[in-house]
Formats: sequence, structure tokens, C-alpha cells
Amino acid sequence: MAAALKLLRQAPLTAKFGLLVIVTYIVVAMFAPAIAPYGETEVVGAEYEESSPEFLLGTDNLGRDMLTRLVYGARNTVGIAFVTTCLAFLVGGILGLLASTLGGWVDQGLGRIVDVLMAIPQLIFALMILTIVGTSVTSLVLVIALLDSTRVFRLARAVSMNIVVMEYVEAAKLRGEGLWWIIRHEILPNIMPPLVAEFGLRFCFVFLFISALSFLGLGIQPPTADWGSMVRDNATLITYGITTPLLPAGAIALLTVGVNFVVDWFLHKTSGLKE
Amino acid sequence: MAQILKMVGQRLLLGLLTLFVVSLIIFLGVELLPGDLAQAILGQAATPETVAAFRKELRLDLPAYERYFEWLGGMVQGDFGRSLANQREISELLGSRLENTLFLAGLAAVISVPLALTLGILAALYRNTLYDRTVNVVTLTSISFPEFFVAYILILFLAIQAGVFPSISNIGPDIGFWERVYRTMLPALTLTLVVVAHMMRMTRAAIINLLASPYIEMARLKGLSPSRIIVHHALPNALAPIINVVVLNIAYLIVGVVVVEVVFVYPGLGQLLVDSVSKRDLPVVQACSLVFAMTFILLNLLADVLSIVTNPRLLHPR
Amino acid sequence: MSDSSDAKKGDVLLEMRGLRIEGRAEEQWSEIVKGVDITLRRGEVLGLIGESGAGKSTIGLAAMGFARDGCRLSGGTIDFDGIDLMTASEDTKRHLRGARIAYVAQSAAAAFNPAHRLIDQYSESPTQHGVFGRSQAEADAKELYGRLQLPNPNEIGFRYPHQVSGGQLQRAMTAMAMSCRPDLIVFDEPTTALDVTTQIEVLSAIRDVVDQFDTAAIYITHDLAVVAQMADRIMVLRYGNLVEESDTRDMLFNPQEDYTKSLWAVRSFRKEPVTEPKAEVPILEVDNVTAAYGDTPVLFNVGFALERRRTVAVVGESGSGKSTTARVITGLLPPSEGQILYQGEALPKDFRQRSKDQLRHCQMIYQMADTALNPKQRVRDVIGRPLEFYLGLKGAEREKKVLELLDMIELTPDFAGRLPSELSGGQKQRICIARALAAEPEIIICDEVTSALDQLVAEEILKLLDRLQQELNLAYMFITHDIATVRAIADEIVVMLQGRVVEKGEKDTVLSPPHHEYTELLLSSVPEMDPDWLTQLLEQRARGEVVSSAPVA
Repeated sequence: MAAALKLLRQAPLTAKFGLLVIVTYIVVAMFAPAIAPYGETEVVGAEYEESSPEFLLGTDNLGRDMLTRLVYGARNTVGIAFVTTCLAFLVGGILGLLASTLGGWVDQGLGRIVDVLMAIPQLIFALMILTIVGTSVTSLVLVIALLDSTRVFRLARAVSMNIVVMEYVEAAKLRGEGLWWIIRHEILPNIMPPLVAEFGLRFCFVFLFISALSFLGLGIQPPTADWGSMVRDNATLITYGITTPLLPAGAIALLTVGVNFVVDWFLHKTSGLKE
Repeated sequence: MAQILKMVGQRLLLGLLTLFVVSLIIFLGVELLPGDLAQAILGQAATPETVAAFRKELRLDLPAYERYFEWLGGMVQGDFGRSLANQREISELLGSRLENTLFLAGLAAVISVPLALTLGILAALYRNTLYDRTVNVVTLTSISFPEFFVAYILILFLAIQAGVFPSISNIGPDIGFWERVYRTMLPALTLTLVVVAHMMRMTRAAIINLLASPYIEMARLKGLSPSRIIVHHALPNALAPIINVVVLNIAYLIVGVVVVEVVFVYPGLGQLLVDSVSKRDLPVVQACSLVFAMTFILLNLLADVLSIVTNPRLLHPR
Repeated sequence: MSDSSDAKKGDVLLEMRGLRIEGRAEEQWSEIVKGVDITLRRGEVLGLIGESGAGKSTIGLAAMGFARDGCRLSGGTIDFDGIDLMTASEDTKRHLRGARIAYVAQSAAAAFNPAHRLIDQYSESPTQHGVFGRSQAEADAKELYGRLQLPNPNEIGFRYPHQVSGGQLQRAMTAMAMSCRPDLIVFDEPTTALDVTTQIEVLSAIRDVVDQFDTAAIYITHDLAVVAQMADRIMVLRYGNLVEESDTRDMLFNPQEDYTKSLWAVRSFRKEPVTEPKAEVPILEVDNVTAAYGDTPVLFNVGFALERRRTVAVVGESGSGKSTTARVITGLLPPSEGQILYQGEALPKDFRQRSKDQLRHCQMIYQMADTALNPKQRVRDVIGRPLEFYLGLKGAEREKKVLELLDMIELTPDFAGRLPSELSGGQKQRICIARALAAEPEIIICDEVTSALDQLVAEEILKLLDRLQQELNLAYMFITHDIATVRAIADEIVVMLQGRVVEKGEKDTVLSPPHHEYTELLLSSVPEMDPDWLTQLLEQRARGEVVSSAPVA
């Protein structure tokens, strides 16, 4: 604990800023109902009201409170992105580890499948699939997790390849250890740092990706409060020089910046890179 | 030389195979739709007669493989079928839009590639200086911005407040080249801002990696001037990684246009795709996806081939 | 190229006083060279020797006024022919480097730029420093290539680095260093990465050319016998300090300091010969094994046997197939023909088909203890796992046995809680030995177990392995390229060349004449601690009294 605090004190300003942002978002997401002044889908005023003591950030195109929508957006947008990333890691990570440890045709086969999946641009692929299966939250999460797991697979495979060729893994194989034991005890502990960093980066990517889809009207569907669609719904205001529709976009940017700063620091720390 | 030709040939074959598989996926994706496609498109309210007529129109009465080869054969000859939404020839829709999209991506590439390479090389050369650290923070930040955020900020400042550029890119076939550049400037700048950060960071990493090699130390120990070390010793070996970075980012650009086109109501392929997705106009979605995927695959193929032909070990085999 | 025409042999060329160099580790600067004085005269060859971490390479680079990234020259003076390199501008130093002080790196394959021809890289220094024009530089290169005994000196320069073998590349780099006829060349372990038979050629080429041009040189190496051939004077370094300095002969025959004496005495260990008769059935037999990696055949009809209490040394140069043989025995590479017999019974070819007991009997110790130990596992778990896996020991029982094993390898109980990163190279290798012993094996395969270690540490490991063999009745297969190690530990020797066994037998038989042609070449190529060894050997080879090239297998 003391070591963690010390580490934190030594962290660069950017990383501290990032951590602060992440913690704030988590708190807001967890206590959204308590923080938000109104209900998530409650119509409380006229359309496009300007900011007032009653509606701090004004109202949206349907007369819902912007601040409330923003707070609930933290829960929905971040939450869905987080679940998607976890799923992508579970699938991609396990398959990547299996491919590198088993080698042979398992590796070849999975590698080819991933090559083909990655040959199609992700956004295009997602749009296509979503056209077919429709835009529910479940299909959104599943589709993006599947597409993103290819990236996780590549990374997990690459980093664990570096470990698999080590003699301590050979020694474990020659001892007669089983596959799972080798993965759990010899490989996983050694690839955690790059995987954790990748989790941060992947989360940012998924988060931006879902926001982009929502912005296009193909992601999280109304009336769920979501930052991407909030920008889309209120974009007309920008042409009148009003900046409130930029707030949800800024909220997306801020969290991604925060996570990126922390990952950057983490990578620098764990790689021992002194460049 | 024979070895290079062989490797390039292998890559080309592999690329072709990938294209084939991708076309299959795009086609089968629709096939795998649970339930009846015609019913799904028309909705539950449609009468059985309309559904049956629609099935006939979609040629769903034929077996899947027959339709696939018919579809693929049509594609190869430039016949993409007809749109479900407005019955127009898809190839007609696609033609000018593809051109617009390529124009936008090209303009963004012309601005961003030299900029990113210069900034990246400078950051690598002056690493750990204030410049490098600033660039690191700035690029990290800009990578984190959603494209539409960048786009609206630019609209807010450059179009609405300063009034320098139009906020909507109204492109017609009858405008001149420079007028076209002017109207495309804001979307191009948006793409530039998004892609420069990526490209710059990748360039920096590639150059730093290179400068750590023993032969660069050797060049320094031979008393060569810094400029000669960069030009003569680093660059020939940096070519492959840099080409890779550039091509990958251009591929990214072409796909990244989708969101930007929507924001600026730019009449490109991306917008057509998004529109068709919301209308569930499947033939158009399939055609657009295939065109995007093809461009993407071809660019990746180009990167592969270029990195083979710039590798001295392969150029001069034993 | 010398600026002052009146410079004479014997004048002081380089003088370093109180040289201090700091290195950056974990955000802190710490001293890695702690005040060293060096004087070098024109035409003199100075040998810098020491174990890893002695700071010899860092000092070599400092002679060029150069510090690697993460290092800095922090104190003292470096005077090169009247120029103070500590205070000189980067420009001044740049004009010296390559022109008047040149550098030969350990790995020529990495130090040559893959994108340019050898001769273009050769001509770079002379043309850039304005010493010779391009055409003269090229003519000069061809002449030097000839003097350095490179094949086809007129054409070889037009090849790219990856088209030339390692030994040739090292000579081409020496030629490149000579290109401006510098006053001083720094040789940084130029033959360490080469096989012994190749090393001879490079050593003699370097020595000739340095002699002919009267170039002063700093020759950095960890190999005493090599430095004895090359240097006029030797400095012994340890932990960034000078231990001892004197003329080569004095240093070899009359060392003063304890540390130097211990370095010299290193090669004296000899295993007690085994007197008891061999068992009827050998514990392990490699029976006429042929194997291939994919379509590339790598082993051809290899056969030999291991006995309890005995050590079979498998000797050969890189690519001879000695490590591949170990892979066949352990079952990592199933042979295409032949078999591995354990006490007369054939083992399954693939290790995945072997039983737990079959796997347990034969354990392996690797060359690089660094990559053989999981950096995230504590010593307790490294040693404890085989105990648990094979013998079913758990909890306190397991812990007790771990401590016993630690005691056996001469480490204290507190090591159990350490991570590999908290161990020295020798300690890591001991832990690897303990891990092998934990399985209670009968056979241990040692793959170059001492070649990554400093000589004193290596000697300790050899003694430990010998003691364990006596106590535990073990059979060893000892893979090595180092003849000195073979002399120390072997009972029997198997000599391999290009995947074939060219000679095998009792140690004394193999090591005493008459030899097989290749064994003779191998044995005669091992540098000896005699300053005249290389000269005499080259004379003998010139007269045809000993073999001078490898037979075609």
C-alpha cells in the first residue's frame, strides 16, 4: 500500500490527471441516480432551453435535462464499452494464448481466420453486421467484442510467443506439465503488463468506436442516454454557435485522454524503457 | 530477384484469396440472417403476397451459391445490382461518391503525411527534450478525441466564428478544382488532425528503434556527420517501417472518412453506407462494404509488397 | 594517418588519468569506472581484460571520447596526442573518430549497415574525412582485404554484409577500421562471437595488419589466452578498477595480485577419473539417431552411451548438432530414424508420450540461466514445483526439501524467497541445478552451462556439478564448445561436426594423438596461455605439420 502511494506520488502530472479523471467517471457512473437532478428519460422542459439555474446545461432536442443525460451517459456509454472490452479480452486473450502455446494447426487456423477478419475495416464490418442483426445493445456488444478480439488475439499471441520460446517454458513442458498449468504459471504472469496496457488502449478504442456508431445513429438506441447520440441529436445547436452539444463529445475525449495518459505512464514504468 | 518476385507473387495471391473470402463473408453475412430476409426487411406488417414478390425480386428463390456467383460475377464486371430503396443502379451511385471519398482522403493524406513524418522524425531526434514531451502529450490527447468532436470544434471555430471555411461541404460535379479543395478543406483538416497523431507516434517509434541499432553507433564512431548518419545510414533502413506507417494510416484515412463525411454532409461513399445501413438497403451496404474492404486490402497489400522490395537482405540475396 | 610526421614509435599517444564514467540505472547515476589510469604509446597493443561488469568496453569507447546512451564521462582526463577529449568539441572528436581512432565491434553482423556494400562502408571514413579519394580508397580496400586473407579480395567488397560469413565480416570490419590508417584502433571483443577455428584466422589477420602499420591498439577481451597472443601489455580490471598492469609475459608467468592469480588458476580443475567398471547396460543410449528440422537433415547416425557417475562431453562448433542431439534425447525433436534407450528399453520418441517417471529420469540444465528461470517465480516455487509434481510433496515437507536442495547447491535458506532478478549469474545457474536435482533424476544434460558465466564462477559450477555427480551417482551429458571445460570434467568425449560423430572414446584417447583430422584442428585452435602459441601454431600450419582447415564431412 505504501509502495503504491509512493509510486503515485512519483507519477508525472499527466498520469495523476488521468487517474483523477478515471476515478471521477467511475464515481459518477456508480452514483448516477443520486447525482443527476432528474430522471434519465424524463422530459422536464421545452426543447433546446438555454442554461438556467433549473437546467444547468439547458435541455436537449426533446426537452430533457442535458446534465442528467450527461450523468447517465457516463453509466451507459462507459459501462457498455467496459463490458465489451472485457468480453473481447476474454475471447481474444484465451485464443491468443492457446494459439501460441499449442502452435501447429491451431495457431495456423486461428491466425488465418483473424487475418481475414482484420482484412475488413472494423467500422465497415460492424456497420454491415449491425444492418443484418439489428442494433440492440446485446448485438452491439457482441459484434464489437468479436471484432476487437482479433486485435487482442494478435497481441496476446505475439507477447506470449516471446515467452513460449523461453527455456523455462520448455523445462515445464519437459517436466510433463499440462497446458493450463503452463499458461497460468509460466506465461500469464509474464505477459500481464502488456496485456493490462492493451486493455486500457482497447477500452479507449471500443469507447470511441461505440460513440462513433451512436453518433451515426447505429449504436446505443434512444431513449437510453448516451454521449455519442447526444452529440448527434443536438448538433444543430452548434451551427448557432452554442457549445453545449460539444459537452458529451468532450466527456468522451476527456476519459480517453485520461486512460491514455495512465497507460502511457504504465507502459513507461513496466517496460523499463529509459529511451 | 527471383526470390523477391516469388514473395511478391505469394502476397498478391494471398491478397486475392483474402478478397475472395471477404466477398464470401459479406455475401454470407446476409444469408445467415435468422428468419426470412424479405420478411425482415419489409417488417411483420407485410402481406404474404408482397413478401413473396419481394423474395422473387431478391432472387431468394435461387440457391445461395448460384446467387453468390451471380453477384460476384456482376461485381467483377462493374454491375453491383440495384438499390432496394430507390431502384437505381448501384454502380451509378457508387461512381461519383467513390471519387469524392478518394479526393477527400487524398487531400488529407497530402497534408498529413509530410507533416506527420517531419514531426515524428524530429521527435525521435530530439527525444526526451521538452519538444518531444510536449508532442507526446499533444498527440496522446488528439488520439483520444472522437472524430466528430474534432470536426465540430473545427466547425465552431473555423466556420461559425471565423467564417473561413463552409461548414457543409457542398460538392457538385461542376465545380473547379480549387473550389473543390476549398470546400473539402474542413473535413480534410479533421481527418488530418486525427491521423497525424497516430502516424507521428508510429514514425517516432520506428526511428528510435532504428537509431538504437549497432550500425548507427558504428557510423557515429566512424566520425560521420549527424546529417550523413541520418540520410545515409538511418533512412535507407527506415524506408520499410516508414512506408508501412504511411500506408497503414492512409488505409485508416479511407475508412475514417465515414464519420467525417456524415458531419460535413459530404457526398462520399461513407455517407452512402451510413444512409443505406439505416434504410437496411442491403445490396448497397454489401457493395459499399466490398469497395471499402477492397481498398483496405489493396493498401495493406501495397505496404507488404513495398516492405519486401525495400529490404536489402531480400534485394541482394546470398 | 598521422598528422605529425616526426611522431615516433614509443611516444605517448593516449593518456587517461583518473577516468571516471557513470551509468544511469533506475533513475540514478552510479559509477561504473572508478578512476582508471591508462597510458598507451604509439605502436603498442594494450590488452584490457576482466569479467563482465569490469567496465572494459566502456573504457574502450572513452578512448574515443565516446559514451553510450545512458553513460557519461564524469571525471578525469583523456588526452589523445595533445587533444583533451573531455573538453574537446563534438566536431573535434568527430574528426578524430574514424580518421585517427577507429573501432572494431564485437558483432560485425550487427555493426555493418545492411543497406550498403562492404566497400562503400569502407570508403566512407576516408572520403568523409578527406584522407583519400574514392578510387584510391577502393583500391586500398582491395589490398587490405587481401592482406587480411579474405577470399576474392577484389570482389568481396561489392557484397552486402549479409552475404558474407561471420569470420570474414569481422576481418572486413578490421579493414574498415584501418581505412584511414589510424593511430589507434579499439578492438572490442572482436572474436568472442566466433568459433575457435574461425577465431584463429581473425586473430592472425588482426595481428598481422596491426603489426604492419604499427598501429596502436586497445584489445578488449575476457579471454586470457587470446589477449596473451595479441597484447604487449595487459591491464586487469575488476568492478571498474585497475587490479594489475604489466607486460604480457610478466602478467602470465608472474601475476602479483590474488585476483589475477585466481583468474590464471581457473583452468586447473580436473575431475577424478572413474575407476569402477561400466555397467552391463548403459543408463541411456543414443542409438544411431538421424533427425531433421522439417526438410533440413541435421543429425546423421549419431550414437553414444551415458553411464552412471560418468560424464560424456559432446564437443563441436556451432551448427555441429550437439544441442539438437539433446533435443532428440529429451523428446523435443523426435528422430526420423534410431531411438533413445533408457536402461536398454526404447523411450517414446515424443516427450508427450513419455510417462512422468520417464520424464523425471532425465533433466536438463541450460546455457542461459536467465531464460531458464521464470522471472516471476520465487526460488521456492522453482525448486518446489518438481518436488510437488513428481514426488507429491506439499507444504512443510516440500519446504524442508527445498531448503535441503538449497544447502546441496551451497546457498543459504534465505534464497528461497528471492526472485531470479535478485540473483547473480552463478546463483541463477545453481538454482537451475537444484531444479534438475529436485526431480531426483539419473541423467542430467548440461547444455553449455558454463559458457555464459565468468571464468571464476564457471569453475565453481563445474566443481559443484562434479561433487553432485559423486554424491548422487548421476550420469552427465555435457554439451560444450570449450576444450578447457572438456578437459576439466569429461570421462568420455564425443566430437561432432555437421551433424555427425567424427570421433568418440575415453578422454585420454581422444585428447592424445593420433587424432582424427577435425579433432586435431579443434584442439590445436584452442588458444593457450602462452604468448608464442599463435606464432608457433601458424608456423606449424604453414609447414603442414598440423591441419589448417576443416575436413568436409
